Amino acid sequence: MALFSKKSRLASFCKDKFTLVSILAACNWLFIWQQSGNHTLATPTGRHVPLRTSTGDPCMNDPVIANTPPVPAVEAIIRAEKVEKYYAQPSENRIQVISATDLSVVPGEILALLGPSGSGKSTMLRMLTGLSTPSAGQVYWHEKPIAGAEINVSIVFQSFALFPWLTVLENVEAPLQARGIAPDERRARSMKMLDTVGLDGFEGAYPKELSGGMRQRVGFARALVVEPEVLFMDEPFSALDVLTAENLRSELLELWANKTMPTKAVFIVTHNIEEAVLLADRIIVLGRNPGHIRTDFKVQLPQPRDRKSEAFTNLVDYIYKVLTKPDVTPAQAPDQAPGHQHPGTKVRDQRQMHYQMLPHARPGGMAGLLELLLDKGGRDDIYRLADDLAFEIDDLLPIVDASQLLGFLKIEEGDAAITPSGSEFANSEILRQKELFRDAAVEHILLLRQIRRALESKSDHTVPEDFFLDMLDEQFSDDESQRQIETAVAWGRYAELFDFDAGRRRFVLPDAPEEEIAAAADSEGSE
Amino acid sequence: MKLQHPLARTLVTARTWPFLIDVGVAACALAVFFSLVSTGTYWLGKPIPVVPISHSLSALPAYAFYSIIRIGIAYFLSLTFAITYGYTAAYNPRIEAWMVAVLDILQSIPVLSFLPPVVLAMVALVPGHQMGIEMGVILLIFTGQVWNLAFSFYSSLKSIPREMLEASRIYRYSAWQRFWQLEMPYAAIGLVWNSIVSVAGGWFALMACEMFTMGTRNFQLPGLGSYLQTAADSGDMRALVAGFGVVILIVVATDQLAWRPLIAWSDKFKFEQVESSDRITSPILELLRRSTLLTSIPGRIFSRIEEPLYRRMAGTKDCRIVHPLDEERNLGRPSAALWTLGICALCVVIWGATHAILMLRTVTLADLQLLLEGAGATFLRVNAALLISAAWTIPVGVSIGFNPKLARFVQPIAQVLASIPATAFFPILLIGLVKIGGGLGIGSVALMLLGTQWYILFNVIAGAMSIPSDLREVSSLFHFTRWQRWTKLILPGIFPYLITGMVTASGGAWNASVFAEYSHVADRTLSTIGLGAQIDAATDTGRFPILLLATILISLMVVTMNRLVWRRLYRLAETRYKLEG
Repeated sequence: MALFSKKSRLASFCKDKFTLVSILAACNWLFIWQQSGNHTLATPTGRHVPLRTSTGDPCMNDPVIANTPPVPAVEAIIRAEKVEKYYAQPSENRIQVISATDLSVVPGEILALLGPSGSGKSTMLRMLTGLSTPSAGQVYWHEKPIAGAEINVSIVFQSFALFPWLTVLENVEAPLQARGIAPDERRARSMKMLDTVGLDGFEGAYPKELSGGMRQRVGFARALVVEPEVLFMDEPFSALDVLTAENLRSELLELWANKTMPTKAVFIVTHNIEEAVLLADRIIVLGRNPGHIRTDFKVQLPQPRDRKSEAFTNLVDYIYKVLTKPDVTPAQAPDQAPGHQHPGTKVRDQRQMHYQMLPHARPGGMAGLLELLLDKGGRDDIYRLADDLAFEIDDLLPIVDASQLLGFLKIEEGDAAITPSGSEFANSEILRQKELFRDAAVEHILLLRQIRRALESKSDHTVPEDFFLDMLDEQFSDDESQRQIETAVAWGRYAELFDFDAGRRRFVLPDAPEEEIAAAADSEGSE
Repeated sequence: MKLQHPLARTLVTARTWPFLIDVGVAACALAVFFSLVSTGTYWLGKPIPVVPISHSLSALPAYAFYSIIRIGIAYFLSLTFAITYGYTAAYNPRIEAWMVAVLDILQSIPVLSFLPPVVLAMVALVPGHQMGIEMGVILLIFTGQVWNLAFSFYSSLKSIPREMLEASRIYRYSAWQRFWQLEMPYAAIGLVWNSIVSVAGGWFALMACEMFTMGTRNFQLPGLGSYLQTAADSGDMRALVAGFGVVILIVVATDQLAWRPLIAWSDKFKFEQVESSDRITSPILELLRRSTLLTSIPGRIFSRIEEPLYRRMAGTKDCRIVHPLDEERNLGRPSAALWTLGICALCVVIWGATHAILMLRTVTLADLQLLLEGAGATFLRVNAALLISAAWTIPVGVSIGFNPKLARFVQPIAQVLASIPATAFFPILLIGLVKIGGGLGIGSVALMLLGTQWYILFNVIAGAMSIPSDLREVSSLFHFTRWQRWTKLILPGIFPYLITGMVTASGGAWNASVFAEYSHVADRTLSTIGLGAQIDAATDTGRFPILLLATILISLMVVTMNRLVWRRLYRLAETRYKLEG
């Protein structure tokens, strides 16, 4: 016991030191990124991992992307055939999460699934691993229905999903134990795997004693120790800081390239475009409402890839364009595959429905973005904007979408362009901003308009939340309806359109005289 | 934020089942009551040999041992049953709503009023009378302990993070491995804290159950409870003090030897990302951990048993495939056999419930009026006890909680005090009352106070400790008046904790009322007006219809209070007054 605690103290010391070292290294690294090609970054175990940089640009003139053959040449390990996911609602409607989609995981490639939140990326991953049953369609494992097949896959989770009460070694051993492997062999294999991911010496530590990056290393060790045929990863790096994520990514690529792991295919779900382009041999972009494949193409940039190469940035730009224009079929891309949509099976397009889907952005964020845009001359590339702000696409897109919805911004060719009303908004002081926001909200957003009207028309100037939830439920899932209400409340409060009494779960008119509200409360109490 | 160390029952807060299920559960309870009574009265005619209870000091160790064994058996039965029950409820969507409704209702019914019919039925069923009483008492303690344990386990199972479940599925854990490596560890902390409350409740009930009178018959078991009562009856102060000392000794020893090591040990099951700095330490646990024998031997024995088991299970078909988590709750149509079974059960329940209700025919209007008056009196008494507890524990608890050093010292003491069964005080209290000529009206409130205030104190201290110091600094920076400090900072800050403590305290107070309002001491019968007194008097005279009606009334009041007041306050505490870290 005493030995363990000493070790763990050592571990946390190493961790702190490592953070410092990596920050220093990062500063260096950013400066000399383009000048030299041979940097190393110390990992916590003292191993040196070459960072991938390249001086020349061997891939400049290469064909970057090529059309995906409609039928995979090799036999797929996992093949999804017209899989759909929907949730039945009590009313006739059903909430379509993913519309009928075909997708194959073939040996020898890293496949990245990219898409905005709400496009069903994670649901897709869970259907492909057998964790979730498709509502329609079928998933095959080596051409056998997956439900009864003895599949061999692993998942690396976003939250790591380690068992906090087990040590690092026990965590890695547990899947082997489930497979009935004898204790000695179990231990030997786990120790070897911990060594591979750079965790030797930490086997006796508990996960909570480790840093995020080290914990995800445990996650990788646990996933790889069973020698999975397909390694699934659900946003494995998004809970980590930028440097740690970079480090882990390059180590993963190294393992993959050296065939250190017997894994035949890797499937990674991500919302980080650069991550997808860095890692993947093939990228599938999903659209939302409901989830469907927008585009599916091969990436033929040689590894290691250079983020600054033109081919790389072109590809990233292309994906941004696809993502920021949900209404346009990405036809202009050279690689454009027809997708695997099945006309006739399309169920409901939520954009044509009653309520717009409110992006979950804050008014303050929109103001900030618009001011930034104004500083940049009123127009800028969204990709560059995200870069300047050090934002992930998932963080920026809702703000862009929201500004667009309110008419403050237009999207043209992957550029965000500020509109006259947008620039007036950005130039105004706070009270005027609220007024402009209020006008735009009432004009453009049905839900906010409805809430305001309902409040004005009722004599007591209050309306229960359930009233709107019921209407939203027709269109969105329960969770999403709740989020829609939350966003509506945030916007309505900012615009001083209405207020929300969280205790009674009722919308109230902000300028309603006190006594009226009190009277309403009384009448409610006596009901 | 989760309450850090809630010394409280886990409560059903979200209600998803229709009213119909409540009615069904109530009908089942009625049917059970009827079957118990009819089994019991069948036997009632025969004579019972009474085991004499000694009040000499030399009998004390043996009596203490008997009581401990009873509590131990009841506790382990409860734990096993609770885990089975929680597991079944969590994984069988067909009956889940029913099972949770049963938990919710049975958890709030004061079980002591079931004592006479349960004991009678057990005596009737088991040959050898002493054994029957023994089993009846154990069964009763079991019923008092099991529900909050079961609900705690159930709600832990339901709140396991999705990705953890997915990990256990994708790595093809067997049910066995999942149970030991995911479900049990995840539920451990809740089970430990609920066990403390449960066992305290068990002692409370045991003290009252070991000796009771029904008509001319005395049911008594050798044990601490009967020892204390006998001592009080014969006015033997020395025996009374000694017996009381032993009770306290047992409670303190349980705390030091069982609960504290368990709490310290269960710390490793905390589902947290970062190690928290303040932890409960236990010298006993450290000692156990140092012993190399104890750390290596059980592991070796377990692996001998476990390894072949794991190997065998890995070979089964069930462990080779990945089971979907969201199996479209495709329950299919229940089979014909299930239908028949269900209909038969329904008939039996309706038959039993009808008979139980028919029993009420003999209740006269005067009886009913008396019962209603009693219900009102008991209701007032319980709430008075709660108010008095809150009135002194809030200021005291807050000032203790704001002084971390003192709090670290006082909180464990409050925990021990909460575990001392108030029923053990009762004989002493009674003697005092008889001497000064006071009535039971005040005495019963005092008894409720003794049993319940510590839960509130414990939780208020925890609440005050959880108020961030920067908020306190803000309040002094802006020169808040005392009134502002209390209304803007302290009361909202401790609110969730206060409610948690009050809910547990109110359950305890209702349970105490059954025992506190009526008592025999040295050939005298003391009583005050109240529902508890009616229950006891009905027990004494063997009037089951009155007993049944009183039980229904008390259950109705408790369930209604829970639904209308406590659950709402609880939800308010969870939403508005949550201090997010």
